Amino acid sequence: MGKGVRGTSPFFEGLRDGIPIALGYFAVAFSLGIAARDAGLTPFQGMVASFLCTASAGEHALFTLIGAGASYLEVALVTLITNARYFLMSCALSQRIRPDMKSVHRFLVSAAVTDEIFGISISRPGPLEPRYHYGAMAVAVPCWAIGTALGILMGTILPARVVSALGVALYGMFLAIIIPPAKRELSVALCVVAGFGCSWAAGVLPLLSSLTTGNRTILLTVALSALAALLFPKKEADDGA
Amino acid sequence: MHNNYVYILIAFGVIYLIRALPLTLIRKPLKSRFLRSFLYYVPYVTLAVMTFPAIVEATSVPIAGAGALVAGIVVALLGGGLLTVAGTCCAVVFFLELIIK
Repeated sequence: MGKGVRGTSPFFEGLRDGIPIALGYFAVAFSLGIAARDAGLTPFQGMVASFLCTASAGEHALFTLIGAGASYLEVALVTLITNARYFLMSCALSQRIRPDMKSVHRFLVSAAVTDEIFGISISRPGPLEPRYHYGAMAVAVPCWAIGTALGILMGTILPARVVSALGVALYGMFLAIIIPPAKRELSVALCVVAGFGCSWAAGVLPLLSSLTTGNRTILLTVALSALAALLFPKKEADDGA
Repeated sequence: MHNNYVYILIAFGVIYLIRALPLTLIRKPLKSRFLRSFLYYVPYVTLAVMTFPAIVEATSVPIAGAGALVAGIVVALLGGGLLTVAGTCCAVVFFLELIIK
């Protein structure tokens, strides 16, 4: 709430925390670009798609549908399904917005509610800081868009070893977000362990494994978060923690 | 014949609405304690679900991803920040794959 109390501005904090995201995005976008090339997109089209959509699984589905010559309606429906988890994330973010925040920030923050930027934005203590969000966007989104274009242009130019190593950067960040609160709060620790376990189980169980990854994520998130809310309801004072 | 830009704009429109509707329409803190608790747990559950087993499947040999998972958890428990944890995971995968493959 106070300005410049930490010595660095929220925007630069966002830029700094956005760097690992950007690295991970670059690697993932590169492989996404290869899928876009197979679907017949030009590097510019791939860049526009990534700049606007900023969604990995959602874009992958989009490119696959474009390659198959799907109908526009089909694209709209599949996009809705593969990206529905962002609805939950935006709901969670909405609870952290200061009442006096200008509406324009609500529209701008919405542009990049990605798994990773959402993760760092919501794990920052206190109310949502739009400038922090923008800092992360400023470094991560261009990397995502350029990575896609380069993937279309150059295909498999990065050594497989490097792609493989960079590919876990995003998961490393997820761990950095969920582990510290899990250390402080037993309920969060149980959520994390249950999330790991159920996610693995859902991938091998007969009925659940036939769902797309995105839908499994939604189903498990709703079920486990509801269970946690019933078992460990939060007190008023815990808000915004 | 379909146009690639129309495809992209449709996808963008749908994704943007999914993200913007809750953020612009929910203007007040929710009254229900259950809903507030539910939304509090959403990020942790969803990120945990997306991390495992995906991290093990993302690398060219599963053991490298598993090593990254363990190393990432340990470094995060020791207080490592985003860049440190992510960097550790990448380094572990790089070196494990160098040894194994």
